[in-house]
Amino acid sequence: MSALLAAVSADSDLFVAQNVFFGIIALLMIGSALKVVTTSNVVHAALWLVLVLGGAAAQFILLGSEFVAVTQVLVYIGAVVVLFLFGVMLTRASMGDDETVAGEKRVMAAVVAGLLLAVMSVALIDTFSDDRVVIDEPQLVGTVADSIFSQYIVPFEAVSVLLLAALIGSIVVARKD
Amino acid sequence: MNLLLLAAEGATSVPLAVSDGANWFLEHAWIVPLLPALSFLVILFFGKRMPRKGAEVGIAAVGLAFLFSVVAGIAWIDHRDNFTLPEESGEHALVIDGSSESVDQIVLAAEETPAEGDHAEEGAAGEAHGEAESPTIAVHSSTTWFHNGDVAFDAGILVDGLSVVLLFVVTLVSLLVHIYSTDYVAGDRRYTHFFAFLSLFTASMLFFVLSDNILQMIVGWELVGVCSWVLIGHWWEEKPNSDAAMKAFLTNRVGDVGLLVGVIILFWAAGHGSFDILTINSNIISGGVSHTALVVAAMSLTTAVMSKSGQFVLHTWLPDAMAGPTPVSALIHAATMVVAGIYMVARLYPVFFEGMQIGGSSINLLATIGAITLVFGGLLAFVQNDIKKVLAYSTISQLGYMAMALGVGAWTAAVFHLFTHAFFKACLFLGAGSASHAVHSFDMKTDMGGLRKWMPHTYRTFVVASLALAGVFPLAGFWSKDEILAGTGGWGLFGGTGGNGAYTFHLVMGTVGAALTGAYMTRVIYLTFFGEFRGHGTPHESGRRIIVPLYILAAFALFAGLFNLPAGFITGNHSSWQERFGHYVEPVAGYFPPISHATPSYSLAIASSLVALAGIGYAYWYYFVKVDRLARATGESLTELPDGFVSKSSVARAGHTLLVEKYYLDHLYTDVIAGTTKGAIARGANWVNQNVIDGTVDLAGRTSVKAGQLTYDKIDQAVVDGTVNGSGRISDALGGIFRRVQTGKVQQYAALLFAGAAILGGILVVVLSL
Amino acid sequence: MLLNQFLLLAALLFCIGVYGVLVRRNGMLVLMSVELILNSVNINLVAFGALTDDVGGEVFALFTIAVAAAEVGVGLAIVLLMYRNRRSIDLSQADLLKG
Repeated sequence: MSALLAAVSADSDLFVAQNVFFGIIALLMIGSALKVVTTSNVVHAALWLVLVLGGAAAQFILLGSEFVAVTQVLVYIGAVVVLFLFGVMLTRASMGDDETVAGEKRVMAAVVAGLLLAVMSVALIDTFSDDRVVIDEPQLVGTVADSIFSQYIVPFEAVSVLLLAALIGSIVVARKD
Repeated sequence: MNLLLLAAEGATSVPLAVSDGANWFLEHAWIVPLLPALSFLVILFFGKRMPRKGAEVGIAAVGLAFLFSVVAGIAWIDHRDNFTLPEESGEHALVIDGSSESVDQIVLAAEETPAEGDHAEEGAAGEAHGEAESPTIAVHSSTTWFHNGDVAFDAGILVDGLSVVLLFVVTLVSLLVHIYSTDYVAGDRRYTHFFAFLSLFTASMLFFVLSDNILQMIVGWELVGVCSWVLIGHWWEEKPNSDAAMKAFLTNRVGDVGLLVGVIILFWAAGHGSFDILTINSNIISGGVSHTALVVAAMSLTTAVMSKSGQFVLHTWLPDAMAGPTPVSALIHAATMVVAGIYMVARLYPVFFEGMQIGGSSINLLATIGAITLVFGGLLAFVQNDIKKVLAYSTISQLGYMAMALGVGAWTAAVFHLFTHAFFKACLFLGAGSASHAVHSFDMKTDMGGLRKWMPHTYRTFVVASLALAGVFPLAGFWSKDEILAGTGGWGLFGGTGGNGAYTFHLVMGTVGAALTGAYMTRVIYLTFFGEFRGHGTPHESGRRIIVPLYILAAFALFAGLFNLPAGFITGNHSSWQERFGHYVEPVAGYFPPISHATPSYSLAIASSLVALAGIGYAYWYYFVKVDRLARATGESLTELPDGFVSKSSVARAGHTLLVEKYYLDHLYTDVIAGTTKGAIARGANWVNQNVIDGTVDLAGRTSVKAGQLTYDKIDQAVVDGTVNGSGRISDALGGIFRRVQTGKVQQYAALLFAGAAILGGILVVVLSL
Repeated sequence: MLLNQFLLLAALLFCIGVYGVLVRRNGMLVLMSVELILNSVNINLVAFGALTDDVGGEVFALFTIAVAAAEVGVGLAIVLLMYRNRRSIDLSQADLLKG
């Protein structure tokens, strides 16, 4: 967190509107993400997750990737979170607070996560401290589409096969027989 | 075979008569794999409802494919005869094709399909068009499958002498195996399924030999692997069979990694972004490829050959693959699966030729692996009691010959040996199947013996094929084996100079192998067909559908060697009959390194024949004279001398044990390699789990508690009681420790994973910042 | 905008996700934490795409979204199966990996 703030304050254009929005959204996302992993209410966690995902979509717009942002909202918030809520319902998790959801190994997990964050932060600050993202104009959907259906056609086909496999796989796993 | 010879004659005398249809057949050779592939689908979906349960579809499809291959062979001979050697016209490899309508193209020779030109100017240009329009002889037609980025993925066929020979061999053996199988697996629980996969197996191999790019080769290679897995495990209800199938599949995976690495290297280094075999080969020949890349590529591809073609250390799957039905063994060992590796080397020969510096050297990896395999495989064949396993080790040994021939630069000899070996080995396997069909067992020592009386046809063909395998003059094996030995160029002692360097070690190994081959085949013949019958019931000769394929194959085993008589063998009018095989099969033009031919040598031929005869003679003396005499004297049915040298000398006994245990390779793989890695990883994880994570805290707590309890007990309880309780508690505590070793909790494992990644990343960061 | 502000945000989200995966005992909550991890990767991809002005970053972010959808589908199916078999989705009870 402090590393993040340090990085932001090092930027001389701190008060450009984009950066202001970035800061607000980033704080919102971090706060919500922390709630996702700490709240003892499963439904609340799913709702906090919506905030994180929405924040990510906003970041994508800041980065000029409108199509990804829209897809993020449609797929993640529209489908994935709804799926989670269905999952909560089907597994009959308690709608209220449930103190058993958090494990007892908090210290171990925090140490591991902190270690990861430290390593990544050092590496990132060390490597990319001078790079700036300049967004002149948003990426057109047409460009993305052209690229998917020409250059990246093979990964695209692979993903479609993967989705089919996942579809069949989850039906096989979850059906009652 | 007569057909082929006649065709050759006909084609040379009236070239134009065949030319028209001929080129169509070469252009459309993709029909050959397509036929069995379609038959696979038809049998799979409709086979069970057919009058003969699908077998007729398979036979018809493979039969048509065989006819097509024969016609394609004739067409090829014609095509080759109309072609003027590039050496005579001067330039090769890269030509500017100015004579045809596509003037702007600077083509890699082969991309211009000669057949098209022939077709257009047929009649007008006559004979001369060959050199004017087709600077490379191979018929290559391809179409773009899809593009990804800048890379085009092609699908196509490459037809030249090598692929035509393979087409002929594969379809012929497969056809005979199909016919044989209608009797052999009659009444089987998965009869239809068996024929479906027999078709697919054939189709995969044909697809593989026709592929014009290395990506397609991988596809064919893997398809062959999958089909072999299905067919070896055909009777998967028995555990050994499914184990053997898994072993074959997994061992092949080891080599597939090598193939993949090799293909990737070739794609970048030699193909410069192209998978096309002709491009890759031409680039290597014209010298624009880094030698280091070629060395690595050649080594990786050698790994692939080792697994697929059963070369030493990765050959262990092959004898186990005998668990499949016998026709499948014949197909795997004669025509399809195992020769895939040899074919791949022959096809990508420039990679090996340049990468391993075959020309002018005296030792290289491929040749040495082949030489070791041919002797070690031959030795293993002596201790097998299962007739099919003897033949399996014999195949390994013969594949060693082929790999060695390729390694020493005797390309033609290797392909010729592949050709002849396919016939006599198929004959041997089918003969073994016929014998075991009669006695319902594969064990020569307990269930066979004396079958000569009951099965005269099987006996005759088996002996012919054995003699061909042993390399007895003038059967097929003699010619091909002799050519390989001459090709080694070892010593130059007998006047046999290979022209590729002096591979003396390989000559010695090859000669030793010849003696071994003769000896173990003699042993098999004695144990199977001579002496007293040791099995139960009365054996009977197999039916016509089994006998006829045997005779056809035996005929090939007799005469196939005549296709490639060495130069100088016949003088006078008929001297053009010499080296026909080499003439038609060898690729000419720029996509191949110059193939040097060994000078044939009478003295070497005589010497190697004498060695082979010595092997046969020793085994004959041992079995047919000594064992037989003893058996008659005692009235028992003996399979070996009770006081042979194995039981006398401890060295011989140790050697025998080593062979029986198959050089302990299986133990090495399953117990040592798999066992230790599995155990070590588990132990390592346990140790970290126990000591680092909870061990420190828990152990401290537990020790203090235990100490307190022990003190309390000592004061409170009687000494005896305390001791008993103490020991109980200690074992309990120990159990607790060991139980904690494996929690089974996913999240703890995940924590270890992430922590490990973080620590490794941290080390990387520190190292990089230093 | 600095590239690092996006990368560090992604790193932070990633670590929060890791913490969640390690600490949560409820299967559903673990899956949600995995979503956090996947999203942080997406932010990275898009940020690098914007840096190099290459559409590839976005394309791969889209692929990641598709993969994440598949992952949630299969993951939830597994959680449901687990619930059906043991009437609980408490991961600390799922220790059959123990040898």
